Amino acid sequence: MAIIAEPVTKPVSRLHFMLDRRDVLETILIAPAIIYVLLLVGLPLLLAVYYSVSAYTIYNPTWQFVGLANFAQIIENPNFLQTLSNTFIFTFGSQLLGLVLGKFGAFLLLRPFPGRKLVRALIILPFAVPVALATIAWQWMFDSLYSVINWTLIAAGILTREEAPNWLGNPHLAMLCVIIINAWRFFPFAIVIFLAGITAIPQDIIDAATVDGAGFWRRNYQIILPMILPIVAIGLIFGIVFTFTDLSIVFLLTMGGPVGATSVLGFAGFQTGIVSGDVSHGAAISLFMLPVLLAVVIVMLRFIRRREI
Amino acid sequence: MPRAFTRSLREAAFFVGVAFFVILAAFPFYWMVITAFKQNSDLYDVTNVPFWFNEPPTLEHLTYLFRETLFARWLLNSLIIGVCVTVITLVTAVPAGYSLARMTSRKGEALGIAIFLTYLVPPTLLFLPLSRIIAEFGLQNSMWSLVLVYPTFTIPFCSWLLMGFFKALPPEIEEAAIVDGCSLFGAFIKMAIPLSLPAILTVVIFTFTLTLQEFVYALTFVSSSSQKPITLGVSTDLIRGDVFFWGEIMAGALIAAIPVAVAYNLFLDRFISGITGGAVK
Repeated sequence: MAIIAEPVTKPVSRLHFMLDRRDVLETILIAPAIIYVLLLVGLPLLLAVYYSVSAYTIYNPTWQFVGLANFAQIIENPNFLQTLSNTFIFTFGSQLLGLVLGKFGAFLLLRPFPGRKLVRALIILPFAVPVALATIAWQWMFDSLYSVINWTLIAAGILTREEAPNWLGNPHLAMLCVIIINAWRFFPFAIVIFLAGITAIPQDIIDAATVDGAGFWRRNYQIILPMILPIVAIGLIFGIVFTFTDLSIVFLLTMGGPVGATSVLGFAGFQTGIVSGDVSHGAAISLFMLPVLLAVVIVMLRFIRRREI
Repeated sequence: MPRAFTRSLREAAFFVGVAFFVILAAFPFYWMVITAFKQNSDLYDVTNVPFWFNEPPTLEHLTYLFRETLFARWLLNSLIIGVCVTVITLVTAVPAGYSLARMTSRKGEALGIAIFLTYLVPPTLLFLPLSRIIAEFGLQNSMWSLVLVYPTFTIPFCSWLLMGFFKALPPEIEEAAIVDGCSLFGAFIKMAIPLSLPAILTVVIFTFTLTLQEFVYALTFVSSSSQKPITLGVSTDLIRGDVFFWGEIMAGALIAAIPVAVAYNLFLDRFISGITGGAVK
């Protein structure tokens, strides 16, 4: 009678039993990822902190503790202060420019028009292509002799050949070039982020605002902007983190020069820690990024939490 | 009449705006193409109009690239690195993403955010200690060091991406399989993975493009030419002394950039929804 419901008693191995407990299985599945990240991100991060308070160099690998001496020496160096302010100028200059371009670009791409898909594909290019390769292309465009930008300015009669700027040889222009390339690289990302945010707003909210008499600017800045703020903030956080810690554009385009005018934290850390082998000072320079990163992470967590409520 | 006039003026302004953005974004690539196929005598003559070919185009730079430089080797290195990193990422991130998606407690949510935040820890903070760890493994100056290190950013990124995809997969499907006699693990292997193949394909593409785009670790850990990946090789190795071979450099950059650009365009929407992690609902 009860045959149907009789449990099949097959020999169940201990492993099988373990794998059928949900919490155990979840732990086993996530363990490899966590272990990998702990060993190759968590551990190095601690090591970086320790390096910065030691006297470690590749010529003298000692673990001797020197306290905050490395930091004190770095701050006293005027070159470092310039590097620090360069990093902020580079980050905020390029993010601001990228955001403005992104907002306008998104505004244009919002409207359907023939060939919009192709236009979008072309506009995405700067973000898709490896930044090192794009930087090389820009370097060629800023070439001291064969710059296509100078050629155009001369041909248009704006400049004479004698007045043509040496883009990468002038400290102010070099910083401008670095900022332009980074903004150029990030603005497609900003466009896509703005578009994703705006298209997610239900049309009836905008319609309701229009019916209530909100004009173009009012709709834009009092309805749309606040609604897309969370997603724009997350995009901006990415931009800030990856710009603030970058070294590839500066390394390939200017090597931090002329005379340190474009040196940024990542680049200075690389020069000191890897090229010169002064690991402890290099680590201390890199660690100056940490406060900014932490602030950004806290802001990000706020946004994620606000989303949940 | 004036209304029609302002309208067409507005229309014109719109297309001028679009043209501005297209030129801004795409001109450097046009410049790459035209430089890659120009003859040197055309390239280095300031009296020529630089925007088009003043002399017939040439394949000279491309053939030089493949015959006289390690370009083909760099392509192969990048392919090997990309494939290995993709395998490591899939093996770790697919189970992790699934596990994060199915954890019901607050702990799962917190763990997911914690893993994602490690994606924001920059290479310029980790390269000093990592170069020491790589030396311990005996991998200094070898492309295998990149195979070891690249998963540190692909695993967090892809786990987060996959978590979102698995969350969209109704757990009822797996529950039905379990009722039918499947084990919990079997339900993951036999039901969840086949159903999320499109998501897994996205992850494969992104892991590959992330390895192609990376520059900082490659620059730090690999210095001998024959071990370099394509991005590093093209941007640092084609410059002999102070002489830049612009034709060759642009040809190399073009070849390396095309596959990444195509992949991004095809998968961009998934990338954005992954990165914003459902900030838009």
